[in-house]
Amino acid sequence: MVDFSVWDIFSNLLIATEWTILLSLIAFVCGGVVGLILLFLRTSQVPWLVAPTKLYIEFFQGTPLLMQLFLFFFGVALFGIEVSPLTAAALALTLWTSAFLTEIWRGCVESVPRGQWEASGSLALSYVEQMRYVILPQAARIAVAPTVGFSVQVIKGTALASIIGFVELTKAGTMLNNVTFRPFLVYSLVALIYFCLCFPLSFFAKRLEGRLNVAR
Amino acid sequence: MTYHLQFGELLPYWRVLVDGLVFTIVLTVVSTVAGVALGTAGASARTFGPKWLGGVVVVYVELIRNTPFIVQLFFIFFGLPAAGVKLSETTAAFLAMTINLGAYSTEIIRAGIEAVPKGHIEAGVSLAMSKWEVLRYVVLKQAFRKIYPALSSQIIIVMLGSAVVSQISAPDLTYAANLVQSRNFRAFEVYFLATLLYLVLAVIVRALLRTLGRVLFKAA
Repeated sequence: MVDFSVWDIFSNLLIATEWTILLSLIAFVCGGVVGLILLFLRTSQVPWLVAPTKLYIEFFQGTPLLMQLFLFFFGVALFGIEVSPLTAAALALTLWTSAFLTEIWRGCVESVPRGQWEASGSLALSYVEQMRYVILPQAARIAVAPTVGFSVQVIKGTALASIIGFVELTKAGTMLNNVTFRPFLVYSLVALIYFCLCFPLSFFAKRLEGRLNVAR
Repeated sequence: MTYHLQFGELLPYWRVLVDGLVFTIVLTVVSTVAGVALGTAGASARTFGPKWLGGVVVVYVELIRNTPFIVQLFFIFFGLPAAGVKLSETTAAFLAMTINLGAYSTEIIRAGIEAVPKGHIEAGVSLAMSKWEVLRYVVLKQAFRKIYPALSSQIIIVMLGSAVVSQISAPDLTYAANLVQSRNFRAFEVYFLATLLYLVLAVIVRALLRTLGRVLFKAA
């Protein structure tokens, strides 16, 4: 039987934290890209583009993230494709993130005054040009704070990847608890590490929000 | 190789799934009531209470909002017994859900309270209302009307998050789905059905909350 000191537990958890960070980054970056594409579809005012996007968002916002992970993990395997827990988790988290970011960003786009659309439209800009040169630069300013705020949800969301067997911070905590039988200590440390990852982002988001309100 | 979906295999287990669904609904309703009560107390303490109490509330809110629900759940279910507090999986699930929603609703309700104009409070005091009466009839009433939509969506988020309680064997819908797939090995079918049930539940709860809001805040 190997003895684990508190430092051993902590250093092992830190190694696993790297995977939490990596998975969060993948989900956030890929989710952002997919979300941006969906944003163009969602705000396009073309009914057959808007309707499926709405359905997509409704699905990912209206079902538990855990179920989405299960569906990807077991669902893709049905097509005879072997999926690793990391792939399944990255895929599910990406789509989940994209749905939320699209909704957040849609709110920002809609808060850009109507006249901006009309003015750019009257300059014969196409829809994509209007978005690219007129609307998005203005919407982006408003979008920063809620987007940073949502990144906290993504980090916390990666904890669920532990359930389909991906070894990140939460899973490492469970494994270490199983060998050390010190759940109080282990889960306190796990919570502390998550807090250290998330709190600066929450704090930053709140400050950005405050600054934006002052600017108005 | 092609796979044939066999949803018929789920039929013999309908009772298990219905029981799980009922547990999820009860869990959501109870922790919503308890969590919003906790949030109201937290928000009131934060704005009107003594400084030290406000500090305690801030620490509570930030700790919960910046850690994953599953870690909070594991801490309560596995960690607390080591410190001498033993809880059944059902109690732990109810407790974790309430504490989680309590923190989020504290933050939401506080925003509502801060949006109440100071003059209204002063007007209440000048009408010889007690501190509690001002809080109850002047501050909270207006605050809740303002933050009701935000609170509603947080309730839906917490309801969907409740799927995680299956991990400590609290018998919710996800737990039932896990049980069924371990018996008949139709993992995709049962998770697909469970996902649909959650979606329907979310749509219904959202509609109910909207109706409730209309009834509660009818007289402007």
